[in-house]
Amino acid sequence: MEYFFEILLGGLTRGSIYALIALGYTMVYGIIGLINFAHGEVYMIGAFTALIAASVLTLMGWNQVAIIVIASVVAVIYSSCYGFTIEKLAYKPLRRAPRLSALISAIGMSLFLQNYVLLAQTSNFLPFPNLIPEFEFLKPYQHMISSSEIVIIGTTAVVMVLLGIMIKCTKIGKAMRATAQDRDMAMLVGIDVNRVISVTFVVGSATAALGGVLVASHVGQINFYMGFIVGIKAFVAAVLGGIGSIPGAVLGGLVLGWTESFFTGYVSSDYEDVFAFLFLVFILIFRPAGILGRSETEKV
Amino acid sequence: MTNLKEIQRSLLVSLWFMFLTFPIMVIRVNPLEKVVIWRWYNMLYVGIGSFLLSFVWRYFIRQKELGKKKNETDGQKSFSLSRRAVDDPRAYIPLLSAVACFTIAFPFIFSMYQTNIMITVLIYVMLGLGLNIVVGLAGLLDLGYVAFYAVGAYTYALLNFHYGLGFWTVLPIGAALGALFGILLGFPVLRLRGDYLAIVTLGFGEIIRLILENWNEFSQGPSGIANISKPGFFGIHLSLQNSTIYIYFIMVGLTLFTILVVNRLQNSRIGRAWIALREDEVACQAMGIDKRKTKLTAFALGATWAGMAGVVFAAKTTFINPASFTILESIVILCIVVLGGMGSITGVIAGALVLILLPEYLRAFSEYRLLIFGTMLVIMMVFRPGGIIENVRRTYEFELKEGKELKNED
Amino acid sequence: MFKRYSISLFVTLVVVFVCCIFFFSCSDSKKTEAEKKKAEPIIFGVAGAHSGDLASYGIPTVRAVELIIKDKNSRGGINGKQIRLIVEDDVCKPEVATNTATKLVTDGADVIVGHICSGATRAAIGIYREAKIIVMSPSATNPALTQSGNYPNFFRTIAPDDAQAKLEVDFALNVLKFRKFAVLHDKGDYGKGFAEFAKKFLEESGKAEVLLYEGITPGAVDYSAVVQKIKRSAAEAVIYGGYHPEASKIVTQMRKKRMETVFISDDGVKDDTFIKVAGKYAEGVYATGPMDTTKNPLAISAIEAHKKVYNEDPGAFFLNACSATLALLNAIEKAGSTDYDAVSKALRTENVDTPIGKIRFNNRGDAIGIGFSMYQVQNGVYVELK
Repeated sequence: MEYFFEILLGGLTRGSIYALIALGYTMVYGIIGLINFAHGEVYMIGAFTALIAASVLTLMGWNQVAIIVIASVVAVIYSSCYGFTIEKLAYKPLRRAPRLSALISAIGMSLFLQNYVLLAQTSNFLPFPNLIPEFEFLKPYQHMISSSEIVIIGTTAVVMVLLGIMIKCTKIGKAMRATAQDRDMAMLVGIDVNRVISVTFVVGSATAALGGVLVASHVGQINFYMGFIVGIKAFVAAVLGGIGSIPGAVLGGLVLGWTESFFTGYVSSDYEDVFAFLFLVFILIFRPAGILGRSETEKV
Repeated sequence: MTNLKEIQRSLLVSLWFMFLTFPIMVIRVNPLEKVVIWRWYNMLYVGIGSFLLSFVWRYFIRQKELGKKKNETDGQKSFSLSRRAVDDPRAYIPLLSAVACFTIAFPFIFSMYQTNIMITVLIYVMLGLGLNIVVGLAGLLDLGYVAFYAVGAYTYALLNFHYGLGFWTVLPIGAALGALFGILLGFPVLRLRGDYLAIVTLGFGEIIRLILENWNEFSQGPSGIANISKPGFFGIHLSLQNSTIYIYFIMVGLTLFTILVVNRLQNSRIGRAWIALREDEVACQAMGIDKRKTKLTAFALGATWAGMAGVVFAAKTTFINPASFTILESIVILCIVVLGGMGSITGVIAGALVLILLPEYLRAFSEYRLLIFGTMLVIMMVFRPGGIIENVRRTYEFELKEGKELKNED
Repeated sequence: MFKRYSISLFVTLVVVFVCCIFFFSCSDSKKTEAEKKKAEPIIFGVAGAHSGDLASYGIPTVRAVELIIKDKNSRGGINGKQIRLIVEDDVCKPEVATNTATKLVTDGADVIVGHICSGATRAAIGIYREAKIIVMSPSATNPALTQSGNYPNFFRTIAPDDAQAKLEVDFALNVLKFRKFAVLHDKGDYGKGFAEFAKKFLEESGKAEVLLYEGITPGAVDYSAVVQKIKRSAAEAVIYGGYHPEASKIVTQMRKKRMETVFISDDGVKDDTFIKVAGKYAEGVYATGPMDTTKNPLAISAIEAHKKVYNEDPGAFFLNACSATLALLNAIEKAGSTDYDAVSKALRTENVDTPIGKIRFNNRGDAIGIGFSMYQVQNGVYVELK
């Protein structure tokens, strides 16, 4: 039984990481219907800026708490700026173009950012300092869960709730929903669509940066390629949960994380991903629009 | 006064980029050694570079907007040169014969290396044309197309390894197996749409690769299969150079065959059903088109070409392992289709030429290769969102007496 | 119109093609090549992954060759000839590697340092064999490359997978006296190849049992499920085949979960980055690697030179690449030319001092003299165990 709980918790952590990144995917998709392939790269840039900020501050002799806070803030700010700029450069000129063109543009952007970091920084793996201290109260349960895992799970939950509130209750959230439903109509009723899309990208990128910092500090290393695989997994999670839906992204992430973990735990990690994808197909056969997605009946 | 404003804007842009690239370009930390290197000169480059580029960028964006407006006012009349070349027989016959002469003479003018990459280009033309059926014509986004390519490659590799079957025997088998797997993928995804479909196909591609990677007894796992025989030429042993040329011509032949078939398919009953499916699923069903059958044939016929291309690929490299069939490969093929111009055969050829030759010729830039490649993808899409050669729908025009135009789309 | 045209086109094509095959088999391109070689510098081709996800394994080799060749050129080159480098990327993909290989062959490379990945090497090697060019890889460990006897032009300055696995298994069984093992790998051609051998040797020994044999997913964010599984299997030691990024994640998670299971791994993990990344959790990890080189003056000076130019520690396979370059330079010098037979003979007979020791090559192309030994992380450094 203990083994079951251990796997459950491991899957929860993994799922939370997917979920945190899937949130950004799902927001962007919801609003402009674009699979933002560069999202994983924004996550990677977040981790890199955090590492750079943390190293500079460490050398300047700041204390640990200040470093954690400032590094995370810097990462979030920079990633948001990158998200904003990527949208303006690579996606905005393609608003009226076929959807696949924007997808290719996103792929190009992703390649560009990977190699930009590779060239400007390094191709090697860099150690990432463990920003999250070991909590005292967790000592007895350490064989089950570590403090960074707790923080990741907690952050995902908080971010999900905050985003949910933002979309449900605030003015910009309403504007987002309106834009997602019908962009032209939203424009007609006086919503500044460009601004709404920019805000979506900024918020999405900020969550990616948070994910980047937390994951990097959890696994202790970063590399220019770290965003790609996680990005694909997060995309799968977003689709699984019903793309465009905030709770769906989190649910999708968790389901994916648990599927992988339980399959590894009880069967074999050789076919971990095979099973995860088969499970995805299975779910989509019965719910073609994802777990929480509303399948829209097409109006003719 | 506009000039001053322009400069001001560019200045802002360059300041923004200097801020943006500051941590990554300027600071270089080495956490192992605990040293920080400040590279301020990089910031200067970024500042000046983005200042100048922002002018160019805005100029081209404006040109694009102008072009669009002009097109709108002029209607259908303004044909681009590329389109005229396709439409007008007087233009395309000499053009085509020139291309044909060049194709035949190619391996004898250029070095073996050039011939070799040309083979790669042709393989990708074939893959692109296959995927074009699925994505361009039927409008089904497929991110796992590489799976069928892998099926073809492993079919030849394994049959050759275990039973010593030759290239020409396996070629149709590979194509058939490709089609079979296409149908296999098609069944579960019949109900899915758009990006849900994309993710399932992506999963399918990964599943095939992972099975090849894990199932050592079947596929020899990640270490791959070596010493696959090259296509035989009436039992004569060919030197490396000659066999490269031989494969080149096999590929030219297969590509011509593909073009021929795809061209006929496009205007056939099933081809039109695909296009109808792409445009509107519901309307298409209302017109009495069997959605299920149409989708499945699209998957099967698309996958056939990938299976064939896979066989040639295995014969060309003589070694395959699962690393050649990652999701990135699917993405490259998709890029060929979209960048070239969806649904257009010449477009796919152009796309394959650009996307495969570009990274090869960018070798001179060594480590900047993929950086430039990524940038080119973005720029091409921004300025030519419809692809290099846009597929223009066949339209029938007739002029009324008053000189007014009416157009009927078919 | 189109159809008729293409049929006639196809016919001409076939005719021209048949003519050309005959034409080409008669033509003699050898002569011109030999003439060219007299005047031109000696060309070293460097092939490997220089971009993409595996760039971190390919770039150190480029740097190693560049540094050594620059040094050699500044001291007058070999036999009065300068050395020129052609660096070509293969992104570790077989199909790109064949293009890279043909490019290097057409550009007239005399010897090749590379390729980095075993898969890419196996795809490219046939092309070099046909062109009679010697290839020396600093990192391709697939046993078949040398042991199949198919590739007389292939040499390497790294031990093949099976040699490493043998050493490790013997060490674990006879020195550490463990009986229960979990064998993991990263599903890659290097990691899985190694793990297969480790498993085979463990089972053949008859003394030990393999409780768990699994491939992990490389690049995953978290390996807790696998780690829990190791814990449940009650293995005494984990033998891991793969590279350091995944190894450090697994070790860190094992130690964080308070598991004391001994971790034994391969050359891909015997990298200082591993210790820096895993930090205190790396303590006590065993890894195989080339014999201790910290006292080898050549290794010290190579690492120094790298630090001076690039301001960072060299990456994976740096010393192996230095050794490969030095061995090739020496062989060309001793042979007096870049003639295939003379150079390969020199490689097999002449001993050369390299950063990884005094080496020459056996008939199959594996290096003689690169001793492998076990290392253990003690107080933050790898210490050789005698």
